[in-house]
Amino acid sequence: MGTLNILVGVCLIYVAFLFLVAFAAERAALEGKGAWLRSPIIYTLSLSIYCTAWTFYGAVGYAARSGLEYLTIYIGPSLVMIGWWWLLRKLVRIGRSQRITSIADLISSRYGKSNLLAVGVTVLAVIGTTPYIALQLQSVTVSFDVFSSAYGAELTDSAQGSNALLVAAGLALFTIIFGTRNLDVNERHHGVVMAVAVEAIVKLLALTAVGIFVVWGLAGGVGDTLARIDASEIGQWQMRGDRWGTLIFLSGAAFLCLPRMFQVMVVENEDEDHLRTASWAFPAYLMVMSLFVVPIAVVGLDLLPAGSNPDFFVLTVPLATGNDALAMLSFLGGFSSATSMVIVAALALSTMVSNHIVMPIWLSTQSGGASVSGDVRHVVLLSRRISIAAVVFLGYLYFRLSGGGTALASIGLVSFAGVAQFLPVLVGGIFWRGATRTGAFVGLSVGFVIWAYTLLLPSFGAGSLVSQTMLENGPLGLGWLRPQAFFGISGMDPLVHAIFWSILLNTMSFFIASLVGFPSPLERLQGAQFVNVFEHSSTPQSWGGSLAQTEDLMVMAQRIIGAREAQNLFEREAKRQGMSGLLPEPSPDFLQRLERELAGSVGAATAHAMIGQIVGGASVSVEDLMAVADETAQMMEYSSKLEAKSEEQARTARQLRQANEKLTLISEQKDSFLSQVSHELRTPMTSIRAFSEILRDSDRLTETEKTKYSSIIHDEALRLTRLLDDLLDLSVLESGRVNLNMQSGSLKGILDHAVASALTGAGADKMQVVRDNQQEDLMLNTDLDRLSQVFINLIGNAQKYCDSTTPKLRIDVGRANAALVVDFIDNGSGIPKTEQAVIFEKFSRTGVQKVKGAGLGLAICREIMTRLEGSVEYLPGQGGAAFRVTLPEQVAMAAQ
Amino acid sequence: MNAKHTIPFLERQSYRRRRLIDTIRTLPVIGAVLWGVPLLWRQSDAADVVMTSDAIIYIFSVWLLLVVGGGWLARNLKRSDAEETERER
Repeated sequence: MGTLNILVGVCLIYVAFLFLVAFAAERAALEGKGAWLRSPIIYTLSLSIYCTAWTFYGAVGYAARSGLEYLTIYIGPSLVMIGWWWLLRKLVRIGRSQRITSIADLISSRYGKSNLLAVGVTVLAVIGTTPYIALQLQSVTVSFDVFSSAYGAELTDSAQGSNALLVAAGLALFTIIFGTRNLDVNERHHGVVMAVAVEAIVKLLALTAVGIFVVWGLAGGVGDTLARIDASEIGQWQMRGDRWGTLIFLSGAAFLCLPRMFQVMVVENEDEDHLRTASWAFPAYLMVMSLFVVPIAVVGLDLLPAGSNPDFFVLTVPLATGNDALAMLSFLGGFSSATSMVIVAALALSTMVSNHIVMPIWLSTQSGGASVSGDVRHVVLLSRRISIAAVVFLGYLYFRLSGGGTALASIGLVSFAGVAQFLPVLVGGIFWRGATRTGAFVGLSVGFVIWAYTLLLPSFGAGSLVSQTMLENGPLGLGWLRPQAFFGISGMDPLVHAIFWSILLNTMSFFIASLVGFPSPLERLQGAQFVNVFEHSSTPQSWGGSLAQTEDLMVMAQRIIGAREAQNLFEREAKRQGMSGLLPEPSPDFLQRLERELAGSVGAATAHAMIGQIVGGASVSVEDLMAVADETAQMMEYSSKLEAKSEEQARTARQLRQANEKLTLISEQKDSFLSQVSHELRTPMTSIRAFSEILRDSDRLTETEKTKYSSIIHDEALRLTRLLDDLLDLSVLESGRVNLNMQSGSLKGILDHAVASALTGAGADKMQVVRDNQQEDLMLNTDLDRLSQVFINLIGNAQKYCDSTTPKLRIDVGRANAALVVDFIDNGSGIPKTEQAVIFEKFSRTGVQKVKGAGLGLAICREIMTRLEGSVEYLPGQGGAAFRVTLPEQVAMAAQ
Repeated sequence: MNAKHTIPFLERQSYRRRRLIDTIRTLPVIGAVLWGVPLLWRQSDAADVVMTSDAIIYIFSVWLLLVVGGGWLARNLKRSDAEETERER
């Protein structure tokens, strides 16, 4: 009894440890430190819930009875994993892009978000899984029983029953705590996954340890073990070919369709890339798991008395050789296999039950529909929790009612065959656009009826649910409908018979009903989405949002995904739509995104129905339908690409044309510039040459004449120098190579200096300058010399060109449009409109050529102001000639 | 210009990658065929029957082959993925 107590203690410690692991993982994920939680290794290990207690204990029993046939159960999944590129990759991508929460959700989403289909799949999954859960409970209690009887303490039936109840309650508790902590939009449970991964390691270690002990400890090495195997009663290859092939197919199909496998493989998948690692690592895991099965079976058959249950050789062989620690480890391995399966299966089933059965019913009983206020999250969570408890309890009930006998042992394959009925609908749905809801419904129904009729009911034993006469003669004497010999084809293995007919007729009726029926638009859209998931990963179906009340949607979303999450989502959407505030427009785009978020919590069908209640029905736009027709879509895409390209080319051509025009213009300007420059240079040159020739050639010149001529030469040379200086200045400014000498100074000082310089040398007609000192009291930070050059030029021009009898210049400083403006307004006749356009061009001079100058002044001014990031322009309508100098605000601001 | 020396331009890496994916696709088929071989073995009542130890060695060799092959292909795929993104940059 002492060892038994230790066993109970170890068990409790182990369970506590699992709770701790799950809790730590949840914490780490919450704090964002869970990078290691998302490693491909954890993903691979979590897949190992495929190996339940049925495979941990049962595989050895299976091998002891039927030789190597047990390998088929591992070979099928290995092939599926190695062929990940074909199917799993697509399945995982669809699961992620559509926020799929379960296999029922996937099938219902694919076939037009049909809730009927989801309910059907859920019910069938529960029927298929319940016996399996019962099997796990049985394995835990029986293994406990085996342990205790080894120590001479026979357990009574009631003790066994209470053990099972205890285990069931513990498992339900664990699943509720870590499976329904939160309503995650991605439906991921780090705690559960982590615990499952730990259990995967434990069961692998346990089985390998027992295997190593058997091979090297008992059998005496690999060679001896092989010899013993050949000498045993399973020493010769005896395999029915049909069973070998069918079972490989069956286990592969079940691997894809089991709700718990779907949960860990697709729903809990963090990263598509993990599949790449799992594609070889998981087959390796399975290989190691199955490696020591035959040696253990053979040694067990040898060692233990005839008639002992081979299902528990993993436990009884170490016990019989007095290896208690090893037996304990092995017990923990079996315990791990059983518990992890039950946890994940309960989680997967509860999601399905709550999303597809409880929530729709609850919603329809709510009188106000989806828009009534009040938190719905607790309803979802509560329904999940109750579903978990119900599923586990159902398993317990099944275990009690079936008596826990040998009837359960065969249930593993029966259960596999049941869920394998999903395969045609699943594979057809993601590879064939023509698959319809009607087809799926008919196919599933036919498959399940045949499965129940040919396999499930007879599995309870002849005479219990199916009478012996019915087995032999068929129902109502219809011989061709005998449950184990359809159409009179007898002699098939019952399991092969059931799988063959159920899958065949399932597939055929699914196919034919799909061909005959006509799918709804939504169905076709979803079909295109699923089949072409790698081409486009968005949902094309759109809502007609005009009737929707965003506020109602907000109320509903808050109840499902939580107030803060919902507000964040709505605010983000509003921002995306370029609106202020919290409520976005109910655009189809937004509704789609909202639906997908909700689908993560309550499943696609329910989310669709809830939004439908508020919005008032989905609408399928013409564009959506076009997207369905793939060829059309491709053509449209192609032509729109072409259109875009030709538009781009047109744009380029336009740009080229503009550039060409500009070049032509510049070339013309250059020509005229050159001719003007040569003209300007030539005039002073001519007079310089003429007067210098006079000075050289005639000796009879008076001093005054000499002085006069040489001063003319001097003046002309000065004019030339000035012209060349200006040209140089202009070219420097135009090429942008000018260095600005930034400094600070007052505007008043600059103007004082400019007025003084510009008016130096003016005689009697010196103009009067009117200024306002107060306005000018400003500090500037710019190139003061250049600015002053501009002012001097403008004042000088006014002095030169103002034709009033009493010339007067007003200098106004002010602000306009966040810029500093300095206006120079004289009282002359101004510049005629026709000439206003050209005064800033080079060599342009207005009116009569009464004054000297090359006509470069204003051109230089304009260039300078451009460099100073301001401008100078003619200000019309001021009574006289008026120029406005504009300086950017920061020039004045910076100095203040 | 000698026609023999001009090789038509093919993007070597993406071509390799596509063939790599073809290999990944073929691997389960190879596995299915190899694991289908036991269907051809003689049953126990025949004269030269296959012993279980030989069957174990054969089946597990196939398994090991698939695991190692799958692992090697998966690693190469990762590397070619990395190269692909490298070149796109």
